[in-house]
Order: sequence, then C-alpha cells, then structure tokens
Amino acid sequence: MLSRTADNLFWIARYMERADTAARLLDMGCRISLIPSAQGYRSEWDSVLQATGTGDLFRRKYGEPVQRNLESWLFFDRDNPSSVASCLTAARENGRIVRTALTAQVWDALNTAFQELRQLERAGPSRDPSELTDWAARQSAMVRGAIDATLLRDDGYNFLNIGYHLERADSTARLMDVKYYVLLPRLDFVGSGLDNYQWSALLRAMGAGRAFHWAYGGEVTAARIADFLILNRQNPRSLITCVAGIAGHLDLLARAYGRESAAQARAHDMRAALEAGTVARIFDEGLHEYLSRFIGEAAALGTLIHEIYLSGEMRGCG
Amino acid sequence: MDAAFDEMNGSGGGTRIPYARLEDWLAHMPRELRSLKQAEAEALFRRIGITFAVYGEGGDPDRLIPFDMFPRVFSGAEWARLDRGVRQRARALNAFLVDVYGRGEIIRAGRIPADIVCRNAAYEKAAVGFVPPRGVYSHIVGIDLVRTGPDEFFVLEDNCRTPSGVSYMLENREIMMRMFPALFRENRIQPVDSYAGLLRRTLASVAPLKCEGEPRIVILTPGPFNSAYYEHSFLADLMGLELVEGQDLFVDGEYVWERTTEGPKRVDVIYRRIDDAFLDPLCFRPDSTLGVPGLMDVYRSGGVSLCSAPGAGVADDKAVYTYVPEMIRFYLGEEPVLNNVPTWKCADASDLKYVLDNLADLVVKEVHGSGGYGMLVGPKASRAEVEAFRARLCADPANYIAQPTLALSTVPTFVDEGVAPRHVDLRPYCLVGERIELVPGALTRVALREGSLVVNSSQGGGVKDTWVLAE
Amino acid sequence: MRLSVDHTTRYSYASPVRSLVQSHRLTPSVCEGQRVLSWEISVTGGIRGADFTDGAGDRIQGWSIAGPLSEIGVTVKGEVETTDTAGVLRGHREAIRPEVWLRETAMTAADAGLGALAARASGEGSLALAHALAEAVAGAIAYRPGATHAHTTAAEALALGEGVCQDHAHALIACARLRGLPARYVSGYLFAAADGQPHEAAHAWAEIFVAGLGWVGFDPANACCPDARYIRLGSGFDARDAAPIRGVARGASGAESLDVAVAVLSAGQ
Repeated sequence: MLSRTADNLFWIARYMERADTAARLLDMGCRISLIPSAQGYRSEWDSVLQATGTGDLFRRKYGEPVQRNLESWLFFDRDNPSSVASCLTAARENGRIVRTALTAQVWDALNTAFQELRQLERAGPSRDPSELTDWAARQSAMVRGAIDATLLRDDGYNFLNIGYHLERADSTARLMDVKYYVLLPRLDFVGSGLDNYQWSALLRAMGAGRAFHWAYGGEVTAARIADFLILNRQNPRSLITCVAGIAGHLDLLARAYGRESAAQARAHDMRAALEAGTVARIFDEGLHEYLSRFIGEAAALGTLIHEIYLSGEMRGCG
Repeated sequence: MDAAFDEMNGSGGGTRIPYARLEDWLAHMPRELRSLKQAEAEALFRRIGITFAVYGEGGDPDRLIPFDMFPRVFSGAEWARLDRGVRQRARALNAFLVDVYGRGEIIRAGRIPADIVCRNAAYEKAAVGFVPPRGVYSHIVGIDLVRTGPDEFFVLEDNCRTPSGVSYMLENREIMMRMFPALFRENRIQPVDSYAGLLRRTLASVAPLKCEGEPRIVILTPGPFNSAYYEHSFLADLMGLELVEGQDLFVDGEYVWERTTEGPKRVDVIYRRIDDAFLDPLCFRPDSTLGVPGLMDVYRSGGVSLCSAPGAGVADDKAVYTYVPEMIRFYLGEEPVLNNVPTWKCADASDLKYVLDNLADLVVKEVHGSGGYGMLVGPKASRAEVEAFRARLCADPANYIAQPTLALSTVPTFVDEGVAPRHVDLRPYCLVGERIELVPGALTRVALREGSLVVNSSQGGGVKDTWVLAE
Repeated sequence: MRLSVDHTTRYSYASPVRSLVQSHRLTPSVCEGQRVLSWEISVTGGIRGADFTDGAGDRIQGWSIAGPLSEIGVTVKGEVETTDTAGVLRGHREAIRPEVWLRETAMTAADAGLGALAARASGEGSLALAHALAEAVAGAIAYRPGATHAHTTAAEALALGEGVCQDHAHALIACARLRGLPARYVSGYLFAAADGQPHEAAHAWAEIFVAGLGWVGFDPANACCPDARYIRLGSGFDARDAAPIRGVARGASGAESLDVAVAVLSAGQ
C-alpha cells in the first residue's frame, strides 16, 4: 500500500476518534456543570480544556471559560483543531484523498457526517448540547461500523485500527491525567458525594458508566476505576486494550509483509508491561508520573510507526 | 442563425426513431415526479461525491455539475459512422505524433509547414528520437464533435493529452439506470461499463520492454485540489490502481519506484493527469513540485511508460487541427469520415481579412485556449464586445482562429417551464494501445442557458447520459 | 591536440538532504574533431541510472544518491584527441529538425536592443551573416566576470554591455533567431592557453544552423569559431536547457553551496 495512503487512513481513524473524544468531553462538562460544586463549575471546564490541550487557544479567543463559548469551542469552532467540526472535516478530507482505499459505505459515512455537520453549522448553535453529542457519537459509530462491516481485512484496515487504538490510548491517558487527583486515595474525600460525582463523570466521559458496574459490581473505589481504565482487558478504552490492539494489528502487518518491525517489538513491550502491572504499583509510582510516561511512550510508538510505514522513506527492502 | 436541428423532433417532422420510446416516458412524467427524480439524482451525485470545480478558478471544489435527466440517443447506424470516424482520427493523430517526433515525413512531403509543428510550444524537443511502446503517444483520445443535421457531424477539436470527463459518462449512466430501470428494459441501450477494463488493458499493453511480468500501473494526479481529482480517484478505483502524487514516486537507478508501506515498488506504467511542464523539474519547469525528478530520463531510456506520452499535445493544438484531414489522407490513405469545421487561420493575411469583415457572424478562439475562455461568439456578442475583440485580434492575429457559427443540434432538456431544446456537443473517448477501443457511449455536454452555444461546465454547461441503441 | 579534463563539482548542504537525483550531460559529443581516449564520471555514493543518447545527440546519464548526505562530489576525468574543424559540426547524429531551434526562451527573448543589434549585422548568405552577428555580439558585450549572474537574460546583458560566455551565447542566439537562423546554446570545455586572454575552462558558446553546411559553432566571448581547444558536451535552447548537470535534492531545508573546479590541460605538449 502507498505510504501516503496508509498515512491518510491512520489519520482518518485518529480524527474520528478525536471527534468522539471532543463530544464526550462536551457531554461530561455539561453534566458536571449541572451540579453545585465547591470550586464552581469553572474548574471542571478548565480540566476539559486541559484534556483537549487547547486551553491556551481558547483563552486567546474567548478569555475566561463560559459555558456557551465552551460548547461552540468543543463542537463547532474551526479555530480549535480538536473540535468535533475540525476533526470530522479533517477525517473527511483525508477520506476524499484516499477514496480508492475505502468502501462506498465508509466514504458514505464520512461524507454524510460532513454534509450533516454543514447543516448543523448553518442551523447555528441553537441546539441542546446533548443533541449534538448524541449526533457526534452516532456519526463516529456509523464510520466505525462501516469500517468493520465492509472493509477488506488488508493492510489499510490495520493502519486504520492502529490509528484508532493509538488515539484512544492517548485520550484515555490524558483524560485520566487531567482528573488524576480525584482518583488518588485521600481519606478525607472517601464516600463524599463530590468524589462519587467526579468519578462517575470521568466514567461517563469514557462512555463507560454502566460498563464499569457490570464489570465490577459493588462499590465504586478509586482503585477500581484506575484498574478499569488502565488494566482491564474488557474495557474497550483501557490502556491495555488499546495497546494490545496496536500490537495485534502490527502483528498482522508483519505477517502480511513477511517482516517483523521495531514498532511491533515496541508495542509488545508496552503490552507486557501493562499485563504485569497492578494498581498498587501504579499508585506507588505516582498516577500522574505513570500516565505522563505512558503518554510519552505512546507518542514514541506513533513516531516509530510513521518512520517505518507511513513516511515512505524506507529503502532497500523492495 | 438558422433554426437548429433537434435530435428528437428533427427539423419539424415527427419524433425521430431513436427517441420514439422516450415520448411515452415523457408523457408519464408529471412535474412533481420530475422534481422528485431530479432531487434524487442530485442527492446521488452528491453522495458518491462526483463534483466539479471550474478550471483555474479555484472555487467550491464540491460544486455539482448539473445533470439533465433527458437522455441523448443515437441509433446503432448513426453511431457506427461516428465510431469509424473517431477511430480513424485517433489512428491518424498517433501516426502524426510518431512521425513528427521521428523522421518528419509529413513535413518533408510539404503537407504541413515545419513551423506549425516545430515552433509549437506543445512540441517537446525532449521527446524527439524516442519512440514510446507500440508507437502510441496519445492513449486516450477525446474527440469533441458537434452536429448540425441528421448526417452532419463536425469535429470541433481533438484532445490528445489527458481528456477529462469520462467519469461523467460512466456515472451518468449509473444514475440513469438506478432511477429509470424501466427505460433500460424498454430501450436496447448498449452498455458502457467495459470502459474501465479496456482502459486498464490499454495501459498494460504499453508497458516498457524492460517490464517483467504483470505491469504495475499507477495514476499520477496533481492532488485533491485539482478540479478533476474526483475523476482521477474514480478511475483508480474502477481499475484497482493506486492513485499517486509526485511525492509518492521517486527515481532510483534506472527505474521509478513507489513509496509503499512494504518498501519501494517498481512502477511500469504511469497514467499521468498532470501536464508535461510539471512532470519532471530536471527536464521541464524547474520549480515544479508536482512531478518526479529524473522521470524523463527513466522514460526516455525505456524504464517506464507515460500515458499520454510527453509531447502528445502538439497533435491537438488548434493550429495543427486544420491539418488533421490531411494527416488522415497522408498516413492512412483514406478520406476523413468526420469533417473539420471550416477554419480560418488569422495568421494568414487573407483569412484575417475575411474574419475581420465577418466578425459578427463568426466564432473566434485563441489558438492555445481551452475551456471556452477567451473566445468570441459573434452572433451572441454585443457590438461593443465585438469591437473590443477586434482590437485584441488585430494586436495578435496569429493567436486566433475563426470558425463559422454552427447551428449546433439541440436535444430536449428539462428546464423550469418543462422541456425545451438546448444545444449539445459530444465527446467520445477512444483508447489506443495494442488495440483501438471505443465503447458505445460518450459524454454529452449541454448548454443549459436558452440559446447558449457554450457547453463548458465552467460556463453554465451540464451533462446528459448518452445512449447508443443496439441495432 | 590532446586535451585532458579534470572537472569537480562539489555540492554542500547546511542540513543533510534525504536523497538526490541528477541528470548529467557530461560526455563529449560524438562528432568529427573530437575522439575520446578516456572518460570517466563518478559521483560519491551515486547509483547509475538511465543512460541514453537523446534526439539532440547528447549522451544523458541519470544518477540517484541515497541520503542522508551533507556533501556530494561529481568528478569528470578524461582525455580527448581534438582537431580543428573550423567550427563546423560534422558527423553528429541528431534527430531534431533545425526549425525547432527557432524557438525563443525567457533567457533568449528578443527586445528592442537585441533587435537593433541583429538588424545592424549584414553579410552575403547565412554563413557571412552568422559571422557578422557573432562579431556584433562580441563588440557589444565586453567580457567581465561577475557583472552578470546565472539568470541574466540576453537582453539584460546587452543593456549592461558586460557579461561572460553564457551572456554572449544567449545574445548571439537571440540575434540569430531574429534573423531567421536556427541557433542553440552549447556547453563544453575550453583549453585555456597561457596567452593572457581571459578564458573560462567550463565554457559555453553558440551554434548557428547554416543551410547547406549544417551547424556551425561561434564563440563571441573569444571572437572565434570553436577549434581544437574546444570540447563539445551538449546543446539546448539556453544555458538552463543545456546545463551539464541538473539536480534536485529531496528534503533540502538549509542552504546549498556549490564549488566548481575545472582544469583543461594540453596533455600532448
């Protein structure tokens, strides 16, 4: 497959996943702002901005966070490269360039999302945010579904999935990192209504509120949440699931190309470390330190994948 | 201008035979159904993403080219003649290219002036002395035809480089079959969907001698901002070929390679949709970033085939056009099946005088222009426009040719008020490789504005499905 | 005359480039008056690519060099036995019709100054006219290195009244075409004799097509026709088109610098 095509597929997936993340964050922000909190809802919006890494951009444009501005920032604003609109547009543009590597259904899903987005933009920001987040979740599910149901299981499919998993690992880690302090075992807050709410908001941002209860039952504790988001293989957004997904698709590529790669080895190392990990040891290292390290490793893996497969600079193995 | 020949209603009599079955269809198409179908067609086009951007204008790359649902129909016999004429022309144009980049017999024989060829900007010095595989320079020849009567067809111009629009021929048919399956059951319409397979076979048949095994073919596009990008990706998809940009290819040693996730892969045939000038900064424009450095050296040493071959453009130049009938006689020893439109060359003093005396009745075009820009349609122009054009013409006569205003045929077309005649032209796409192939179909462009003769999509033109009935 | 050539071109990049592709026209033309005794072209780390003779009769050799690299050198070494043909190009196989060489390029475009210069020259027949044009150009543009640069046009050089061999050749080509004579730019080497005359070892001159005789070389920079001191490499519409080395670096972000050293010596003396 053409390196540039693989690169485009990889980025379609990353943008779609990023759009999904932006919509979830919008949903979480709106939900939290509905309840009274000690610090006021502002700090919650702050952490949302922090999670998308666009806090500075936002302040330059709007100043202090106000809910209305935040809604349009996270959803419609083209000045925010991580907004739902920016990501869907970028995903569709990448799709347009590699039309031939997509099925009609996948293109249709990408294009429909873009066309409907333009209608939403024309209609203006008069809508209920929950309607917007539902719409965005539906679009990303449509694209994801079309990929799974119709795409050839060739190398392009693997690059798409690597993009999805890498973006998702990054977003899970960042989201946790922004809220890591609510997960720290501090006795004074245990059992307080606030913590519980923060926890459920975090799970909600991962689209995993119900799933958590199914998986763990019983009481919600910080350790269980950390376990669920980092080490639980049933959770589709946990770090271990994402890394295992990357490693698996790199294995498939290696088999198809008849050649192992350094990226594959790196992904397997990361997976092995997660498999051997426990929540206790993560807390011992420090949750924030652990997550920072993970984010760095995931970025390095992304760079390696780019160099080996996506840049087209590899020589002498034709 | 005389009343135009209408392809459905003739010059006044009853419905012509090829269109007979459409009368019924039209009768059962109330306004509401028509609007519904039109909306459906538009939604389909938008959904599949077939869009068009005006040449050189940037503009909205997602603009749709208007599609008119009323088909244009040819009988098998009418088509048989066009088929002969188009193939004949495609053969002669390629013979001409082999000749003028080789021994130049037609020039030595005095049948065409050396200057018209040799001093032509489209004549590539770098192409001289190299014969491409099978002696084919122009692998896809698009011939623009107009009609003025039941049996009167004229060639308006030839397109030997990379004629665009074939995706519309294929998609228009697809859409019509989806929307009006009954029409296709009632009429015996010859299919056009073999085009992609034939194009692929044509490209494979001109692989270089150095190619071993199945040739690797790619389509080279300037990128997604090009107005015809949709077509490039559409064709790549239909043929199962990689769509590449210049940056995806590189020259290493004696060959051209493609950058892939598995490492470099050797490329044998490049169907390029970029102009000669941008192909290779080492040979042509040094500032081009769209091309592949070193490509021309590999091409000229037989390491890769380029379709069309660099330099093919000299055959479709408007100054060369007037000599095509002469080429047919010279190379094929045949009389042209399809005639040229009578043309006055303004470079010639007596022709110029005639043109200036009759400016208001003529169509005057720039020799190197395209897309319907920079032209004067005398009978449609205001007095001031004619005079302004006269000044430009006098300043640089060699840059212009003139032709009579032809009463282009019309085909019924859906308009706001119902159905009305609109002027059309026709572009069949002839494939030239190991064999010469022509699918029974073409692109019909229609001037949607009442009375307009300009069919270019950049100036209010639309497209129609074009049928050839089985005998 | 037996001439030896030692020509090195060194490209240095401030930041390493990913790869490089070059197209060379560095082999002496096959024609009467020059016989190659030995000739070797080498490129540091280069892979030989396409190798063919084009329609103009020039030997073209492609090279690709995989990076990353900060410096490459192109070296030409060889010996050629030359004889004087009084500037006439004989025994040279080429397929391009002379009329093609009437085409103008940006560097050889005519202007009023060139028009006046061309109009002043007179001579009985094409050959005499060509000589007169070469003399006129030699008189109108004084040899002065540094006065012009690689992209100076014929019109600019004439207006300036100064230039180097490239400018002389461009001006002569423009004037010849104005008078209806096909003309082209030739690149090659010149043996710089110790006669006090300013010469350029990597040299350029013009060829004018004279009906009945064929292509004839004129070197306005030295006010003569090419003789046994000259080695012909290739031709083109202008300096860019006839360049002995053309190349493109991929991933070049920093500055590129060029260092050329040419020595043409008489080997037999």
